[in-house]
Amino acid sequence: MIQVMDVRKVFNAGRPNEFVAMNKVSLSIPRHEVTVLKGPSGSGKTTLLGILGCMARPTSGRIMLAEREITSLPERFLTEIRRTTFGFVFQQFNLIKGITVIENVILPAYPTGENPAILKKRAMELLSLFNLSGKADSKIEWLSGGEAQRTSIARALMNDPEVIIADEPTANLDSRLSKEFMEIVSGLKEQEKTIIIASHDPIVYDSPIVDRVVEMRDGKIISGI
Amino acid sequence: MNRINKHRNILDFTLSSLLRRKRKNTALVLVYILVVFGLASVLFSTQALKREACSILQRSPEVVIQRLVAGRHELIPTSYIDKIKDVRGVQTVKRRLWGYYYDPTVGANYTLMVPDDPAVAEGTIVIGKGVARTLRAEKGDLLPFKANDGFFVSLEVGDIISSDSELVSSDLVLMNEGDFRQITGVPAGYFTDMVLSVRNVKELPTIAEKIRRLAPDTRPIVKDDILRTYETIFDWRGGILLVILAGAIMAFIIFAWDKASGLSSEERKEIGILKGIGWETSDVILMKFWEGTVISLSSFLLGCVFAYIHIFYASSALFEPVLKGWAVLYPKFRLIPYIDPLQLATLFFLTVIPYTVATIIPSWRAATVDPDSVMRL
Repeated sequence: MIQVMDVRKVFNAGRPNEFVAMNKVSLSIPRHEVTVLKGPSGSGKTTLLGILGCMARPTSGRIMLAEREITSLPERFLTEIRRTTFGFVFQQFNLIKGITVIENVILPAYPTGENPAILKKRAMELLSLFNLSGKADSKIEWLSGGEAQRTSIARALMNDPEVIIADEPTANLDSRLSKEFMEIVSGLKEQEKTIIIASHDPIVYDSPIVDRVVEMRDGKIISGI
Repeated sequence: MNRINKHRNILDFTLSSLLRRKRKNTALVLVYILVVFGLASVLFSTQALKREACSILQRSPEVVIQRLVAGRHELIPTSYIDKIKDVRGVQTVKRRLWGYYYDPTVGANYTLMVPDDPAVAEGTIVIGKGVARTLRAEKGDLLPFKANDGFFVSLEVGDIISSDSELVSSDLVLMNEGDFRQITGVPAGYFTDMVLSVRNVKELPTIAEKIRRLAPDTRPIVKDDILRTYETIFDWRGGILLVILAGAIMAFIIFAWDKASGLSSEERKEIGILKGIGWETSDVILMKFWEGTVISLSSFLLGCVFAYIHIFYASSALFEPVLKGWAVLYPKFRLIPYIDPLQLATLFFLTVIPYTVATIIPSWRAATVDPDSVMRL
């Protein structure tokens, strides 16, 4: 379980362009459930996702990850937690161009120092899970939108994380591919992964597999706590 | 094992990463190779030439006595031998006849010498490979020399000197004493200089001092002085080449600095992605370190290998005129391969290290950004 307590996030603090992205946000994310953060652009969804995924620190407040306070951990430990506990699916997929699909999938595991042969085997298993085996050696730029999305999900699962964080995962997909994405999420939920999605797409937040929808606006949670 | 695998994995990624920017990186490597090639060629050839010249000069006389008049080298009369041979410590005194001859037909200067042992028969000459090449002369040919009195003297080529020491024998013409005096106009009873051998080399400075006192108009030149002069000459020539190369080096530094220190927006984005998916700042720096090392080390090694081939197998084809002298008679010879590890290390520190550092610093700056920036890409 992830707990967020009175978290506040201020960008450019003390400068003329100071911006409060989140104010006094408290939230509990239960394990093995699908939680959707819903809200318009600028509501603070992405900022909250970043804080939940140990990508950014809150300006004030506390974050607990399975009873462990992680707010004040040094960057190295946060990176370690990020690598082992979280898998990220980004809005723009953020795959690295010019290298192959399989290399992109293995990327999060490179610094772990695991045997390259084992990494390759695991990546191939993931690619086959998402019907991408035939594309393993293709360059990223040759993939369709759906294939790129599935590749980024495979990459998120490479280190077998407990939590999957997805930021506007369907923003660049048509309805068919968005529904396909939700089917993949359903499969991940069955594997007892905890899934947190930020989205303002009805296909996502109205999906029957979603356990909880948290609505945000102007850096605050307005419903679904 | 984990640590090795980590390096291996990151190096694997670095190599695929480098291959993505083939054109840019190939251009960089080519320029890099060219600069290392130029610098290494100068270092290798200067060093090898110095060794070659010095090893030949090791066999040269321990002391050369020259007479000076008005600060210039003047012919030395036979009577000086008697003065010098009695100096304690002097073993033998030999008179030498040598000089220069300008051949206007080919625009070349020859060095004329009269050897004692074995002496050259009257009317014949023994010539260096350079002279033979320039005049297309072969054994048995008659070569004309304009004598001091304006008349021409024809001498027959008796032999051509083997190419073992062509660096110093290329322009040599060995002849009989009579022929030499006729061509150069050196009067009988006079010689160009004298050479001494001594019993104990450690006494050389004392012997030289005694000679200076006995014959104040002479200048004793000890072997070490000659060796030093040769070293200076080759260092100076190497220096000239380095100055010429300085422009190219500067251009390279600007190019490499720009390439290495300025990260493109695409590279920044990639660093953001890597941090976002769980790479530490140190992992990103490690990747950039490998990137810089792969480029600079491979360029360095290739540049050095090409320079080695250029100097030791292609007779320094590009630098020949500067390093071996401006004479028409370029010696043609293969230098004995020799590399000074210290010079190689200096070259390494001047080329590989700065580039690698220049690659790491901007990446380190980019890698310290908050990983959540990737969410806003």
